[in-house]
Amino acid sequence: MAKYDTPMLDELENGPWPSFISGFKRLRDDHPDKRINETAGSLLGQLEHSYETRKGYWKGGTVSVFGYGSGIIPRFSEVGDAFPESKEFHTVRVQPPAGNHYTTDMLRKLANSWEKYGSGLITFHGQTGNIMFIGVDTENTQHFFDDINEYGWDLGGAGPCVRTGMSCVGASRCEQSCLDEQKVHRTLQNNFTDDVHRPALPYKFKFKVSGCGNDCQNAIERSDFAVIGTWRDDMKVNQEAFKGYLQTKGKEYILENVVSRCPTQALAINDDDTLAVNNRNCVRCMHCLNVLPKALSPGDDKGATICVGGKRTLKIGDLMGTVIVPFKKLETEDDYEEVVELAEEIIDFWAENGLEHERCGEMVERIGLANFLEGIDVPVEPNMVNNPRQSSYVRMDTWDEEAEKWFERKAEAANA
Amino acid sequence: MSDAPRPPIESGCPDGFQYMHPMMRKHYGNWDYHEDPQPGVLKHVTKDGEALYTVRAGTQRILDVYTLRLLCDIGDEFADGHVHFTIRSNIEYMVTDEAKVQPLIEKLESEGFVVGGTRNSVAMISHTQGWLHCDIPGTDASGVVKSMMDELIGEFKNWNMPNRVHLTTSCCQINCGGQGDIAINVQHTKPPKINHDLVANVCERPSVVARCPVAAIRPAMVEGKPSLEVDEKKCICCGACFPPCPPMQINDAEHSKLAIWVGGNHSNARSKPTFQKLVAAGIPNNPPRWPEATAIVKKILKTYKEDAKDWERINDWIERIGWPRFFELTELPFTKFHIDNWRGARNSLNASAHIRF
Repeated sequence: MAKYDTPMLDELENGPWPSFISGFKRLRDDHPDKRINETAGSLLGQLEHSYETRKGYWKGGTVSVFGYGSGIIPRFSEVGDAFPESKEFHTVRVQPPAGNHYTTDMLRKLANSWEKYGSGLITFHGQTGNIMFIGVDTENTQHFFDDINEYGWDLGGAGPCVRTGMSCVGASRCEQSCLDEQKVHRTLQNNFTDDVHRPALPYKFKFKVSGCGNDCQNAIERSDFAVIGTWRDDMKVNQEAFKGYLQTKGKEYILENVVSRCPTQALAINDDDTLAVNNRNCVRCMHCLNVLPKALSPGDDKGATICVGGKRTLKIGDLMGTVIVPFKKLETEDDYEEVVELAEEIIDFWAENGLEHERCGEMVERIGLANFLEGIDVPVEPNMVNNPRQSSYVRMDTWDEEAEKWFERKAEAANA
Repeated sequence: MSDAPRPPIESGCPDGFQYMHPMMRKHYGNWDYHEDPQPGVLKHVTKDGEALYTVRAGTQRILDVYTLRLLCDIGDEFADGHVHFTIRSNIEYMVTDEAKVQPLIEKLESEGFVVGGTRNSVAMISHTQGWLHCDIPGTDASGVVKSMMDELIGEFKNWNMPNRVHLTTSCCQINCGGQGDIAINVQHTKPPKINHDLVANVCERPSVVARCPVAAIRPAMVEGKPSLEVDEKKCICCGACFPPCPPMQINDAEHSKLAIWVGGNHSNARSKPTFQKLVAAGIPNNPPRWPEATAIVKKILKTYKEDAKDWERINDWIERIGWPRFFELTELPFTKFHIDNWRGARNSLNASAHIRF
C-alpha cells in the first residue's frame, strides 16, 4: 500500500510512450532498500502535490563537496513536513565522456554507486550536457562523489563558472565530421577545470563542439564558445554516385531538392549529368551533403569556424554566437594551443569587463563587437558581419590608420 | 585519518575512447557515407566498406536503475556492451552484424522502448526538470513530454514529415529547453506576488533590481520593512526576479500559461540558424495531460506535413509561404502580441509592398 496517493500521476502510466512514473513506482514498490523505496514514494507524493496545486516546491541552498564550489544542485523541499523522506533531494551534475559514449559495464558501475547513496534516478543527459544523478541527501552527496571520483568521474559546472561542454558523435560515426570533436572538447574543457569547479566568473560560460554546420549540438544557439567543423578547399564529389542519385531519384527531384535549395546558387547539373560546384561561393551549409551523402563529402583541408556569444533569453533577449574566427586549422598541437589561448583571452576579458550575471554575448552587445575584438586582440574581418554599418552616426577620424592595418594584414597573409 | 576530507581528483571531462564501440574506435574519422534503411536505424559505412548499424530508441529519459540495467542487458545481448546517447536523450545501440538489427528492434519494442527518431521524424522532445526538481518551474517537464509523445509516437516511429522536427519544452522563460521547430514554454501573465516579510532576509536587493530586463523593480520600504516593489505597468511578467529572490513568486496556478513558438532551427543547412517565433499563447497549464497544448502542436504538425516541401524545416516552410498563410492554415489567431516590441523589433516588420494574396 503506497503511503501517498497519486491519482493524477497514475494517468501518466497510460499511453504507449515509456512512463517515468512507472519507473518511480518500481523503485517505490520493488526496491529492497528502505531508503530508496521510501524516497521514491515521498517524491511521488510531492510531485502529485505539485500536479494538484500547479506549483513547484523545491528551493535551492548551499551544498557542495569538499574542495569544490560547484557541481551540486541543492534542493530542499518546502513541503518536507508532508513528504519527509525526500526532503533533501540534490542533483549531482557529472561530466559525461566526450561524445557521450558508455560501456554497459561502466553504466552498471555508476548505477551501483548511485543505488548505494542516491535515489536510483539518473538522466543521460540534462540540457546542460551533464549526467544528472537526481536525488541525494546532503550527507551522501560527498560519499557518492568520493565513490565515482575514484574511478574517473568529475563534477560538472553550476553557477557562474565554465560549464560542462558538449560534443557531437562526430568522427566516431559521422562521415560529415570535419573535426576531432572529442579532442577539441576535452582540450578546451579540461584546460578550464579550475573554472568549472570554482565559480568566479560573471555568469555561465559554455563550450560546445559540432563537427559540421548541421550543428547537432546547438552550439551556435546555446554556447558562449561554439566550435563548428568546416573545410576550405573544394567539397568532394563522387560523380558516379551523383549519377546514381539522378537515376534513382530523378532529375526533377535533384533540381528541386538540391540545386534550387542551395542558399548561394553554387550548384548546377552539367549537360553530361555531372554536378558542377562553385566552391568559391559555397558557404558549407551542409544541405546538399545531407541530401546526397554518398555523392558529396567535405574537402580535405578541414578546420573550424568559431562563434562567440550564443545564449538564450535572459536578460537582453536571445543571441546567436557570431563569427570571431572564420577558419582555424586544427591539426598540430600548436593549433589546439592557439584555440585554448583564444578561449582564455576571451574568458579573461569577459571576467574583467562583464557585469554581474552578464553573459559574454551580452557584454559584446553592450560594448560593441569592435571593442571586444580589440580587447581580445583579434583583427576585424568581413566574415564577422552580415553587412557593414548602415548608420552614419560614427566617428571615423582614424580611418586611414585602420585601412592601413587591413592592407598590412593582407600583405602579411600574401607573404606567409 | 578517516576524518580528513578527501581532496577531489580534478579529472574533468573523461576520454570517450575508452567507452566507445570498438568499430567506432577503429574507424574514427574513416566514415564514407550513411544510409537510412528504416526509421530508427542508421547504416554508416567506412571507407573500407565495413558497415555499422545504429538502432535508436526513445526512453522515459529519467531512468530508474532497473530501467538503466535493462537497457544495459540489451546492450550486452546485442551491441557488444556499448551504448551512445544522443543530445535528445535517446539511447543508441551499435551493431556490426546486420542480422542482429531486427531482433534488437523487437527486443527494444517488447520492453516498451520506442525505436525511431531518425531523419524526417518528430524527434524526442528535449526538455528540462520541471516540478520534479527545478526551484523555479511553472510546470512539469517530464509529464508534458510523456503526454505529448504518447500522441506523437507515430510520428517518432515514421518518416512522415517534410524534414526533421525538433520539439522542446521549458518550464520558465529562461527556456532551458532551447530552440525548437516547435517549442512549448511557460509564459507568465501576471507580475510577481511579493512576500515583503521575507525579501530583506532572503534577497540581495541590488542584484534583483539589476536582474530585471525592463528596470521595473526598485527598492522600497513596505510596512516599515526594506523590500522591493514592482512597477506593474512596466513589468513584462518574465520571472527573471524569481530565481534570485524567491519571495517574488511568479508562478501562479491559473495565470502561468503555456505559449507555443515555432521555427527555431540550430542547423546552418540552407538558411542560417534561426530563433523561434511566437504563434500561440494563453494555453492552460493543465496537468496531468496538457491536452490543449498537444492539440495545437498536432495542428501545426499536420499543416506542416501537408503543406511543406521535402527538406523544408518549419522555418524554411514559413519563410516560403509567409506568416499570414501560416496563421490562415493553422487557424491560430494573430494578435497584437505577435508584433515584437523588444530591441531590434523594427527589423521584424514588413518594410515593403511584398504582400501575398
